[in-house]
Formats: sequence, structure tokens, C-alpha cells
Amino acid sequence: MALKWQDYKTDVFVDWCPGCGNHAILAAVQVALSELGLEPHQVVFVSGIGCSGKLPHFVKAYGVHTLHGRTLPFAQGIKISNPDLEVIAVGGDGDGLGIGVGHFVNAGRRNIDMVYMIHDNGVYGLTKGQASPTLKFGLKVKSIPRENINEGINPIMIALSSGYTFVARGYAFHTKHLKDLIKQAVEHKGLAFLDILQPCPTYNDVNTKDWYEGIDRKDPDTGISKPRIYRLEETGYDPVVRNEDEKFVKIVAAMEKAREWGDRIPIGIFYKNELAPTFQDRIGQRIPFYLKNPPAKQRICDENGVPITDINLFIKEVKAE
Amino acid sequence: MAANAVSASTKQLVDEYFESSSGVDFHMDAGFNWMAGGPQGSGVDTAANILGKACAIGGLHVYGRREYHSNIKGMHSYFHLRVSEKEISANVDEVDLLAAFDAETVVRHVTEVVQEGGIIVDSRQLNTRILEIPSLPLEFKSNFSQFMEKNEIGETLQDLLNYAGRKGIHVFPVAYTDLLYQVADSLNLEKTAKLNRMINVVTVGLSFGILGYEINTVKKALVSIFSEKSKLIDMNVRALEIAYSYAQMNFRTFPFPLKIEKSAQEERVLLSGNQAVAIGKVLGGCRVQTYYPITPAADESEFIEAHEILETKESGLNAGVVVVQTEDEIAAVNMASGAALTGVRAATSTSGPGFSLMVEGLSWAGMNEVPLVITYYQRGAPSTGLPTRHGQDDLRFAIHGGHGEFPRIVLASGDISECFYDAVNAFNYAEMFQLPVIHLIDKALANSFQTLKVFDTKQIRINRGSVVSEEMLSKGSYKRFAFNETGVSPRAYLGMKGGVHWYTGDEHNELGHISEEPLNRTLMMEKRMKKLNTVLKEIPSSEKINYFGKAGAENIIVSWGSPKGAIVEAVGELIKEGFNIGFLQVRLVHPLPVNEIVEIMGNAKHVIDIEMNYSGQLGGIIREKTGILHDYEIVKFNGRPMTVTEVYDAVKFVLVGKAPKRQVLTHGA
Ligand SMILES: Cc1ncc(C[n+]2csc(CCOP(=O)(O)OP(=O)(O)O)c2C)c(N)n1
Ligand code: SF4
Repeated sequence: MALKWQDYKTDVFVDWCPGCGNHAILAAVQVALSELGLEPHQVVFVSGIGCSGKLPHFVKAYGVHTLHGRTLPFAQGIKISNPDLEVIAVGGDGDGLGIGVGHFVNAGRRNIDMVYMIHDNGVYGLTKGQASPTLKFGLKVKSIPRENINEGINPIMIALSSGYTFVARGYAFHTKHLKDLIKQAVEHKGLAFLDILQPCPTYNDVNTKDWYEGIDRKDPDTGISKPRIYRLEETGYDPVVRNEDEKFVKIVAAMEKAREWGDRIPIGIFYKNELAPTFQDRIGQRIPFYLKNPPAKQRICDENGVPITDINLFIKEVKAE
Repeated sequence: MAANAVSASTKQLVDEYFESSSGVDFHMDAGFNWMAGGPQGSGVDTAANILGKACAIGGLHVYGRREYHSNIKGMHSYFHLRVSEKEISANVDEVDLLAAFDAETVVRHVTEVVQEGGIIVDSRQLNTRILEIPSLPLEFKSNFSQFMEKNEIGETLQDLLNYAGRKGIHVFPVAYTDLLYQVADSLNLEKTAKLNRMINVVTVGLSFGILGYEINTVKKALVSIFSEKSKLIDMNVRALEIAYSYAQMNFRTFPFPLKIEKSAQEERVLLSGNQAVAIGKVLGGCRVQTYYPITPAADESEFIEAHEILETKESGLNAGVVVVQTEDEIAAVNMASGAALTGVRAATSTSGPGFSLMVEGLSWAGMNEVPLVITYYQRGAPSTGLPTRHGQDDLRFAIHGGHGEFPRIVLASGDISECFYDAVNAFNYAEMFQLPVIHLIDKALANSFQTLKVFDTKQIRINRGSVVSEEMLSKGSYKRFAFNETGVSPRAYLGMKGGVHWYTGDEHNELGHISEEPLNRTLMMEKRMKKLNTVLKEIPSSEKINYFGKAGAENIIVSWGSPKGAIVEAVGELIKEGFNIGFLQVRLVHPLPVNEIVEIMGNAKHVIDIEMNYSGQLGGIIREKTGILHDYEIVKFNGRPMTVTEVYDAVKFVLVGKAPKRQVLTHGA
């Protein structure tokens, strides 16, 4: 029986502001899940704190709404213990690139087979609009009293240099495109990062939906706006690493694309490499039965509670004789 | 001797420190006490391991304690090894034989060597001018120069040893390099500075030669310690032999011979607290362990990782522990929490600074009823404090750390054996009551090693608590946080079919969705907090407290954690001397087993609180929860563990009615 996107809805009231990009992201998520044919119990959404962090409550699948910035450690703990689960981590840009940036970088080193998506709105939504790490230098958005005094960071570049093997950017209101990116991220073998441009109509009055879509750049003659957003795949850009030697070249090309911002903002897949071993592969090298019998599936005692682990090897090592 | 146990001004303390400990007479069976010291990195540890193992193989019991600076190479480190015919889990103040790798070791420990004891020293260092030893800290030098002045000791190591000789201490000067050259000659090796690496084995050989201990047993120990680096074996065995026979020929005047104890029948292990916890965790079913390196916790994770593939008693089924070194403690605690939600037994290990970073994650685990185990290795002082030293400063932090109110369990092991059993208990409690469990240990337990009867694993049962089956889940809508009588709702693991539910750090409803409704908040809070009553009801008394001594004793000592070993022994001695005294060890420190405590302490005439912290934290908690005040307080916070000797002295001081309300113990180099 095929599942419909409605099957991934909960009864919880979606309390995001009207017009918020998060609504579109939620829809993309639900459609992606239905098209992937994943059953609710096979998926775990893990989120941090922020407006975006509430997403798991709106999705009928296992949901773990964690601490500000700590999405990735929780998510990795879940995936390591039970690799059969489809783990999707979600959070804000403040969550993932401010307080959580250490985890963001270090998760890349492990290349665990899961997805991490950031709702990138340039602001700290839930704490009422302070500048987030991705807000560009010098911008003054609605609720900050002065221009942003910090440089904005580029999550795509950080992901590329940290070891993420799938690096992509989506835009909330290209919802169908975003849905496809989510599906590809889930299907990717390795750690997939998805930076999702998410207009926050309440606090970010600079990078608005209109701005992304170029309403301010109407051709005076035709009246057609010139969108800033464009799709990488439509330019013939090829993100895929097909052999080891290509890896560096493709990272450099992706970095080059990642620099584009302002008049032209690329979305789509920047980089994809399935040749790198995942963390599961690496553990499997050391603990050969790991994938067949991962930690969460292991029996530790018999019906009477008698431990079945043999500790004689340890005891032998510490024997007094 | 009692003098060094009295609370006093700093000046007095200094005087007592240097005055009191030398030449004491034994007032109890202190066994044999050997100490080796030298610069960090010079093989003190290996020497101690060989010695300990040789004694253990010979059927003797040992207890060994390691002291070192937070330094990789060069600063003073030492090992105190106590050998006895009885099982022991504490040191005494005295040193019978001091094996000094360098001059500094003699300077630092000469006052601990007993009359008739001995000092093995490198004769080439006798001209060293004491106050010019660069690694001696300024504070030490200024105190020591006062001591030298007062006792009319000249400037050199030789002068100090002359003083020791006048105090009745045997001095055994040996030119270490001469012996090492003999080793090189006999094996046709080059005479390079590399040979100095064997000073540790030379001192072991000299020690056992002086003691007249059987050399083959020592060789066996040496081989087993070096086994994996077999290239070094020949050299070291030769060094051992040459040093041993040198000592046999030259020094036969020592009054403390060490004999093989033939009567040992039972199977014994020789292990550290880190190892005991690691083995307990693995037996208890730990399958995911996360950590960020910190002393003295990291050894535990490394030991587990070295044995990550496990064997099980069920054929064809293999098991393994995934050990993850994370980017920080924040990741460590939260990764373990995430893991625990999948139904795996997951844990993390840390010490104070790491736990500070973990408390937010701990609160999340508390809010979400996660069976998370944190093994907490305390060390002394705030911040990085005394990173390699001892202390029990963090009881209050372990109990209160976190924001908001949530139930947790805090267990405190008192000795290496309890470290093992409590590691299993920690997981059982975590799952039975669905809450975080903090297993409190300290450096004295972590890094010390001791001989023990091999663990009795037959009695051990794993209790996975209340878990729903997929069959039950198929029957209807599942509520992860369903309200009920005990506060413990049946658990579904992430991924179970039909069990979809939610977790959130926000206050939530029975499904796990955010809810700020006042009624829900009240009910949910009560659900969580009532677990503490369930805990006190379901954990048997024997796992909450230990009591030593006659029931209804007039004088009751109360303590927790590693001072147990010293207290049990001192109390045993005092009871033999006819004092009416008992010792209550609190193992479940939170929730506090109030009934058991009141029953034992309620009618005592005098309560004596003994702890390794400044403020007597457990005493304060008992006062808070039971209204029972302690009459005397014996505390120690100089970064060194409590010894039997000083506990005995301090408690006796109380019993004879002479002690002040508060005594501060100060022994230790
Ligand atoms: C440790 C900690 N610090 C601060 C906060 C307060 N806080 C809640 S949401 C938030 C920012 C959220 O911003 P972002 O991650 O960008 O998500 P958004 O709300 O924009 O989706 C902060 C700082 C917190 N919950 N925890
Ligand atoms: S504050 Fe911004 S991000 Fe948050 S819900 Fe409102 S519009 Fe969306």
C-alpha cells in the first residue's frame, strides 16, 4: 500500500508564522518520504532548537527534538546504534553553524550515512531575529538595531572542507526541486548536507522570497523579474566524483560555485562522492558483524537476565598469575 | 603520629608534615610498603606493575597507588605499593623501602620512610645539591629548606641520607649505570643513554634482592608485563638478574623480608578501577561508549576499545562495543543519549570539567527519561584544578548539576570491586527506572590497582526494565510517557513498528509533543519525580549502603567513595582495641536512602563525617535530608588520598575525646 504525504502528518498545530519558508520545507519533507516509500517507523527526525527545530513534531515518524546546536551528536548516536534507521537531522542556521558548528565540522570527518538539513534564514528566528552566522556582513535586518558586524559564513564551503560527501542547496519555495534534493540526500550513501534557503518573513526583511525571486529586478520592458536563484543542473554543472582522482577537482569546482551570492545564487547539488567509506563501513572493518548485528540489535542477556557476554578474555588479561 | 592529623595553622602543618612521619612505629599491620619514584616517563609505572604482579603471583595481596603531575615527561611521579597477606584497598603513610630513580624522589619522600626502612639511591647523584634540583617547586623548596636548617642537614643528597641514617634508615647506594653497563657487556649492547630506560627494572631487581624474594617469580611477572614487546625481554631479564644478585651480595641487613604466600587458593585478579568499570560495563551489556579524552576517565574507554569485539555464550552470535571518541563532551553525552533511545545500553565517561559540559545534555536525558549512564571520575579542585590528583569535590555537582528538576540516580563506589558491580547496577537502574545514572568514582579508584578475588558473575542479572513488544504496539496508539503509578512508562525503542513517538526537551504530553498546559505540566512533573520513590523502594538496602562494625555502635563514621578502604581498616583496628565504633558507607548517594541512614545513625552518640572535600558534602546532605548533624568532621583536600594511618589517628583522636570538631588531614607528597 503506497503511502501518501498526508500519512506523514501529525495532529499537532503547525505554529510557524504565516508565509514562513518552513511550511514549504515541511511539505517537501512529507512528499519526499511518501515518494521514497519509507514507513513512519523507519525514519527518525532529529532536530535542534529554533523555529525549524519543531519540524519533527509535525511529521509522523519518530521525532527527537533535542538541544540547541546538538542535533548532530544525537542523530549520529542513533544511526551508529541502529544503522537500519533512516536518520534525518534538521535545524536552523544558528543551531547548526553557531552553537553547533563544532559538531557540524566533526560530523563531516565521520561521513555517517544520514542527512543533515539546515533551514537557512539568516536569523535566529525563535529568539526574535538576531543575526545568525550566515547573515552577510553589513546587512541590517528588521530586528537587529545596527548592521551586522560579523562576516557571514558559507555553509557549503565548510561542509566541503569537512568531509561531507553530498553537499547541496535547496530553496524552500522551489518546493518540488527541494523534495527531489531531499530524496537524493536520503538515498546518498554517506553524510548528506542540505542548506535550505528559507525566507523568514517575520525577521529577515532583506533576504525575502521576493528578493530571492528577483522581484526588485524586473525588466523595465517586459516586466519579468530576474530571479537570483538558479539551478546548477540546468547549467550542465556535474557534481559527481566518479573516481578518486576527481575528488579534489570537484571540491574546487564546488567551492567556486559556493562563492556565488547576490545576483546569482545556485541551488542543486554542489558535490557528490559515494566512493568515500562511510562511518558504518569503517566500523564494519573493525567489527565485522557490525552491520548484521549492530549495537541496538544485540542481545545482552538470556530470558532470565543472565548476561551472555563472555568476559573471560578481559579476566585473563587481568589475572593475578 | 597523631599530630599530623590535627587541624592547624599552615605553619604548624608544615612543621608536622616534615616532622611527624619519619620513624613512626607501626600501630597496625601495615604490611610491606614499597615506593618507587622518578621523573614522569622514566618507567615508574612499569616498575610498579612488575612489583605488584610479582607479589600477586606469589600469593600476596597488593594495593598500588600512582601519583603524578599533569605533565608528560620530567616531573616527579611515584608509586606506592602496599603488600599484605590480607586483601587491602588503601595505603598507609609509611614507606618501608624507597626505590629512588633520582635525587628528587629521596628529597620528597625521605620523611615517609620508617625507622629500619631502606632507601635505594643512585650513588652517582649523592653530590646533588638539594635546593638546586630544578623540578622541585618553589613552595616545596622553601618548606624543605626550613626543615633542613632545623635538622642541621647540609646541602647535598649525601647530607640528607646521612640524616636518614641517623634516624635508623638503611641507605643502599648503587651506581645504576655500572649495573647497566654490566647488562650491556653481557649482551654485547652499545653503552648508550638508552640503557637508562632500564633503571626501573634495576630498582625492582635491587628491591627484591634486598627483600630476599624469590627471583623466578619476579621474572615471571616481568615477562608477563613485557610480553608484547618481546624484543626488550632479554635485556630486562638480564638487568633484573644483575641487580638482584648485586643486592643479594651487598645488602643483607634489611629487617623486612618478603615471603611468598603459599596459601593463596582462590583465583585472583589484579586490576585498576578503570579496568573494573570497563569490564563491568561490557558484562552489563554496554554496546555504545562515547568519550572525549580526560584524565582519569579516558583509560576506561581505551580499555574497552582495545577489546571492542566480544564473545558471547550464544554460539554464532557475535557482539561488539562501538567506542566513539567525540569532538567534545557535549557530543559525547548527547551521542550516548541518542544511542540509548534505540534500545542499546549506552554510556559515556568523564571527569569534572567534562561533566560541566554535559549537564545540559544530562537535563535533556532527565526530561526525556533516557537510560543514560555517565561514569564520573572525580579529581580534585575546580576548573582544571588538580588534574591528576585526588578529591571528592563533586558530590553536590553530580547530584544537582543541570537545570530544572528531574530524577536521577547517583551511585558512589567505594572500592575497585564495587566499581565492577556498580557498573552493572548503573545500567540496570537506568533501564529499570528510565533515568540518567551517574556512577561516581574518583582518581583513587580509577588509577590504583589491587588484587581481588575474581568477580562473582553468577549472581549478576540484567534487568532491562519495562519494554513494549511490537505485538503490543500493533494493538493501538502508543504513548511513550503514559502516566502511571510508578512513574515508569513502558518503553518503545526508536524504530519499533507501530511505536512512533516523540521526544523533546520542552515539557511534553504523554505522546512526547510539546505542551505547556498547566495540568499536563503538573502531572508530567509528578510522574517523573515519583520515580525517586520507586527507586528507594526497589533497590535493595545492600546496594544502597554498607555497614561495618557492631550494630548500634555509639560512634558512627559516615562516608562515601574511595576513603572506604582506609576507614574499614582503621575501624577494624579500633574495634580490636575495644572502641565502640561502626562505619556507614553510603553507596546510593542520590536519592538518599534516608530510612537506612536514620536507622543506623539516629541513635549514635557521635557521628563522624569523613570525606575528601573541604565542606563535608555528604554530611551536609544527610543533615538536609534527615536532620542528623554530624559531631565531628575529618576532611582532606590536598589532592592526595586518605591513608589508613591518618584516618586511624584522626578517628582515635575523636574517640579519646581530644579532637576538635574539624580535623584536616594533610599527609601525602
Ligand atoms: C544553549 C541554548 N542557548 C540559547 C538558546 C535560545 N535559543 C532558542 S532558539 C535559538 C536560535 C534559533 O535560531 P536558528 O537556529 O537559526 O533557528 P530558527 O529559529 O531561525 O529556525 C536560540 C539561541 C537555547 N535554547 N539553548
Ligand atoms: S520567526 Fe521566521 S523562521 Fe520563525 S516561524 Fe516565523 S517566519 Fe518562520
